[in-house]
Amino acid sequence: MSTKKIFVAGFGGQGVLLIGQMLSYAAMYEGKEVTWMPSYGPEMRGGTANCTVCISDKPITSPLVTTCDVLVAMNGPSLDKFEDMLVPGGHLFVNASVINYKPKRTDVSVHYVDCTKIAEQDVGNAKTANMVMLGAIIRSSGVVELSIMDKVLAKTMTGKKEKLIPANKQALLAWNE
Amino acid sequence: MAEKKLMKGNEAFAAAAINAGCRYYFGYPITPQSEIPEYMSRELKKVGGSFIQAESELGAINMAYGAAAAGGRVLITSSSPGIALMQESIGLICSVQLPLVIMDVMRGGPGIGSIQPGQADYNQVTRGGSNGDYHTMVYAPNSIQEAIDMIGKAYDVADEYRNPVIIAADGMLGQMMEPVVMPEPKAPLTEEEIPAVKPYCLTGHKFKRDRHAINSVWLKQELLEDYINAFWPKYEKAERELPEWESRDLDGAEVVFVSYGSTSRVVLEAMDLLAQEGIKTGLIRPKTLWPFPVKAFEEIGAATKHIISVELSQGQMMMDVKLAVEGKWPVSLINRVGGMLLDPYEVVDRTKKIMEVK
Amino acid sequence: MKPVFEYTKGMRETELHYCPGCTHGIAHRLIMEVLEERGDIGNAIGVSPVGCSIVAHQYMNVDMLESPHGRAPAVASGIKRVHPNSPVFTYQGDGDLASIGTNEIIHAAERGEKFCTFFINNAIYGMTGGQMAPTTLIGQKTTTCVDGRTVEQAGMPMRMCEIISNMDRAVYVERVSLDSPANVRKAKSAVRRAFKVQDLKLGFAFVEFLSICPTNWGLSAPKSLEWLRENMMPYYPVQQFKCPEEVKEVR
Repeated sequence: MSTKKIFVAGFGGQGVLLIGQMLSYAAMYEGKEVTWMPSYGPEMRGGTANCTVCISDKPITSPLVTTCDVLVAMNGPSLDKFEDMLVPGGHLFVNASVINYKPKRTDVSVHYVDCTKIAEQDVGNAKTANMVMLGAIIRSSGVVELSIMDKVLAKTMTGKKEKLIPANKQALLAWNE
Repeated sequence: MAEKKLMKGNEAFAAAAINAGCRYYFGYPITPQSEIPEYMSRELKKVGGSFIQAESELGAINMAYGAAAAGGRVLITSSSPGIALMQESIGLICSVQLPLVIMDVMRGGPGIGSIQPGQADYNQVTRGGSNGDYHTMVYAPNSIQEAIDMIGKAYDVADEYRNPVIIAADGMLGQMMEPVVMPEPKAPLTEEEIPAVKPYCLTGHKFKRDRHAINSVWLKQELLEDYINAFWPKYEKAERELPEWESRDLDGAEVVFVSYGSTSRVVLEAMDLLAQEGIKTGLIRPKTLWPFPVKAFEEIGAATKHIISVELSQGQMMMDVKLAVEGKWPVSLINRVGGMLLDPYEVVDRTKKIMEVK
Repeated sequence: MKPVFEYTKGMRETELHYCPGCTHGIAHRLIMEVLEERGDIGNAIGVSPVGCSIVAHQYMNVDMLESPHGRAPAVASGIKRVHPNSPVFTYQGDGDLASIGTNEIIHAAERGEKFCTFFINNAIYGMTGGQMAPTTLIGQKTTTCVDGRTVEQAGMPMRMCEIISNMDRAVYVERVSLDSPANVRKAKSAVRRAFKVQDLKLGFAFVEFLSICPTNWGLSAPKSLEWLRENMMPYYPVQQFKCPEEVKEVR
């Protein structure tokens, strides 16, 4: 596979970095090469947050991207700022819980994910909103296989978090196009 | 083979040091390496080690001096302005010939500078930012795995040469996450083992040996000169035995890039893009910045017309590249400074401009 | 209609980057309002620290400069030699003043430097992401003492007003708090007294502001104010430690 570049952007506290990390774990457990690079600095202080995930069969060169194959916009300002980074034919995931307008691009696949509502109503646990988005990303873009998430959850949700695994698994499947 | 773990660079550096037998860490928060003292504050005590959040970098490096003099395996880390503050004692620790591993997670400078990644400490670490005649060995990893391996090696080199060894990483390596494997852990020396393995350390003479007096001041200058000339051969040995580098695609390359650290990864992507346009390029990637791998440049062939130093500094490494090529090729610079990063497309464009100039 | 409250000319009209609930904004404003009252916005020179408020110069409408971490009192001493009649102040946080800069503040105090130091004590390192400060309380959890600070590991928290009070030439030393409107008004009086001490060239003036850091304390702003009252005030008593007769009446 050629390198797949995923860019996740939003507001600090929306789980932007976590979504990126989960994708990174998934890629690693699939035996792929992966890098995860966060934005860092005072912009994080109650401000924007974003991270880049690069997945490939070959060692990854630069962990930074100027274009991406998958863009996840968790809030409006991020959608506006980063929309143009997406390659034509790429996948754009819009957090419909917070963003109530359409993106400008017409040459990409747009997926609207009302992750907060789905988490509250369908999964019954508001804290699984990030997993709802993650499930949508994996199932629509195919950057990793959904089946690897069993291992990811088992490895990352240990100790007291183990009891959260069922709800998170449900969340991964909760969104539909 | 151990399973891969996804680790943040800063945490992996700290874990690698503990893995290599480090049990003492003294540090102060500074972006972009604050995760290192945070990790050490949690983990060192689990292996019977000691952590102090020092009052400043000045305190930290001197705590390290004491611990190293006493025979402990120590890690010191900071970022560029903090390393600058430590320079007095880095030179002093060289002057008294003690082992130490220092990690510089570089950021843009000069001054308090930028918190974003940089490579502008090149001069500070290779030329020595302290007073007097001395050298520190300098390793430059380009991935988190390489950093883990270099940290392990650095402790051995530091012990063998009785000298501080600096690992020059940057904010990008510190903040990113990559899958890594930790090597087999090494046990530290017990307090009782120190005198046998490191007889020069301070352990209390117990009337079984002459007392040690570690001095850095020399009132008789002829004795200081003798002393310097007596230990200098170890630097000549280092220059023969320690240079490390990676070369790629030098054969038939019209352009040879010289680049280290995370910048070298950007160069690799640029090389792929240039190859797609039919332009053949090669790379020399120094893995030691001191001693600089001068021998690597002997492998450059007749097809090469341009050498380009690609760095996040204002030509600091270019000086060493020019010395290494001894005037045989023109050396150009592709760089960003101040915490700005190069992207592969910019490297491609600027390379093509350089190639146009006859 | 007469305005009841106006934006002080001492603060540049720009959005502060500080976190919601941060008390830096209040502290900045108090100092600038006092300088404005005195007609000194055009004369004052300030020194900002390394910390969240390194960018204080973007907000304070006076000549300012950034000093290396902890060195502000030394930098201010240099400025004051060249401009002995201009109001000079340093504005410093926990790491800057109580950790790396203890040498500089002690010596500035003992020399009786004729500038004011405003010390923001929020018991944590904000800018770098919530590590322990010398002022972090016993049992308080930070990223470099995740199980809570212990005396064994890190010693007792440092009470800077108490330490500075011991220096003979630190003639005005007061601890105030920014946790309530009443205390904010009292804090402003302390700032007025500090600059009066500088006017009269009596010696070194030091004001410590008990402040909050909701982001790194992991509390909402209102809960942070409560935490300050319940935890910081008992250990860091709000009181006037030393005050020259000449400025006692200044409110």
